[in-house]
Order: sequence, then C-alpha cells, then structure tokens
Amino acid sequence: MTAYTAVVTVRLKSGVLDPEAETTRTALERLGFELDGLRAADRFEVDLEADSHEAAAERAGAMAERLLANPTIHDYAIEVEAR
Amino acid sequence: MTVTVVQFGGSNCDRDAVRALRAVDIDAERVWHADGLPADTTGVVLPGGFSYGDYLRAGAMAGRAPIIEAVRAAAAEGVPVLGVCNGAQIGTESGLVSGAFTTNASARFQCERVHLRVENPETPWTRAFEAGDVIELPIAHGEGRFEIGRDALDALDSADRVLFRYCDADGRVTEAANPNGSTGAVAGVLGERDSVAVLMPHPERAALAEFGGTDGRPILRAFAE
Repeated sequence: MTAYTAVVTVRLKSGVLDPEAETTRTALERLGFELDGLRAADRFEVDLEADSHEAAAERAGAMAERLLANPTIHDYAIEVEAR
Repeated sequence: MTVTVVQFGGSNCDRDAVRALRAVDIDAERVWHADGLPADTTGVVLPGGFSYGDYLRAGAMAGRAPIIEAVRAAAAEGVPVLGVCNGAQIGTESGLVSGAFTTNASARFQCERVHLRVENPETPWTRAFEAGDVIELPIAHGEGRFEIGRDALDALDSADRVLFRYCDADGRVTEAANPNGSTGAVAGVLGERDSVAVLMPHPERAALAEFGGTDGRPILRAFAE
C-alpha cells in the first residue's frame, strides 16, 4: 500500500449560473481590480492508502460521484500524488 | 396512521410541520433521523431548515443519511413523501427526484410570499386544485434555484413531473415572477411516483389562518388519502 493524496476539484458545469462567483467578481471590481472573469471551485484533499495510483484515483472518483459532486450541476477532476 | 416528520441536526421547520399537519387533522410526530423510520409510518415529511449546516451543499449530508434508504423503500411502496425547502434539497441530493437546487440567481436569501401555478392537478398533493389554479405560499431560502439540463426538463414536463411553477398573481409564468432564477420556473417537482413530491415553498407555513393564508392545507391533506 502506498500513501497518496487525491485532490478532487469540483466546479459548476460550464453554463450553470454561479451567483457567488459573480458577487465575488463584483466585489473585486469595487476594490479597483481589473479582471475578465472569475470562476469558483471546491477543492478537496483526500489522504488515502491504495495499491496503486490508479486505485487511489478510482476511489477518489467514486467519492466525487457519490458525495463530493452533484452530477446534475458539477464537473470534477482528480489528481493523485504520492505523499 | 402517523406521518413521520424527520428531524436532522439543523432542521428548523419540523415543529411547524407537525403543528400544520395536526391542524388539518393528520396525526404526525417528529422522529430523530438516527432513530430510523417507524415501520408503520403512513407518510414522511422531510422538513425545512439547514441540516448539517448546509455543509458541502444544502441537503448533501442528510440526503445520504441512513434513514433516507428507509424513506426510499417506503416511497417505492407508495408511502407519500413530501420534501419542503431543505427537505426538497435533500430530495434532489438523494435522487428521490430529478434536478438540483442551488444558489438563488439573486445571490440573496429570499423570504417572501410567492404565487405558484398548479401544473399537475392529478396528484395527491394537488387534487383539490385545477390545472392553472394560482396559490400563494411563502418561500425562505438562499439555495432554491432549480437547475436541470434542458433535455431533462423537457422529459420532466412530458412526464407531467412538474408540480408547481412560480407565476404572477394571474398565473403568468414570467421572469419577474420567478424569485430565484429556477430553470423553467420550477418550484415543485414529483418523483417517479406521484406520491413523492418536493417543493421549495412552505405549505406548512400556510396552514393556519391567523398566519395569513391557508393555501398549503390542501397539499398537506395528501397524507389523509
């Protein structure tokens, strides 16, 4: 078994309105910053032990499918690193 | 003949739901979620509130609590299940119904009275109404924007799964009458069976005349059928 950290990034699907990101962008602009756009995402760092990189990624993917993301509105990405 | 109002940590409309049900002559009791669903329950209400502090997403944790498997099994046998507000979010998160409820387009918590158009009057919840009837219920939510893909919304519509739409006082579905930017102005939706329904507006807050309206009473009477 090897110790890994799986980073699960969950973000709204393209085209789904994100009022929180819009509000954050407006606040940045009010502070005088110039920007063309802003997207928010949730990042989960999951420490786990697995037989392989692939097995770690598979388990993290299942976590995203079952809980961390809502497939109706979210896409997710998984990155795995040995720790 | 007792309806179970499931109480999660952070539920805050559970007592209101029990009181409203009793006001329409339906026996109801609160049950702490970890105590499980009583075997002889005749109905289930998933009440409003902020279960698990809305951590991760509203309804995400409660929607995966063990009691939900029992609710799912009861629903499959025809036991009526009603999710209100946070209960509606629990309903989508658990897959009892399609779609998702997420942040209002306004990015604000909205607490106001809204008009709803009855879209499907052939359900236990709406049999007191005709298609196109307009009722008035309160909303109180920050994450009530119904989101669903366009094809999936068409599928819901063609299967008569949309129960209520936000509308104006005359029943017109307009952008101005849609308080939270819901896709298709959907305020309430049915599960696979007509006996499973979720809605963001609060019928239990419109069940006592002294609190300004009783349009929620016929919806709650579904549990008497």
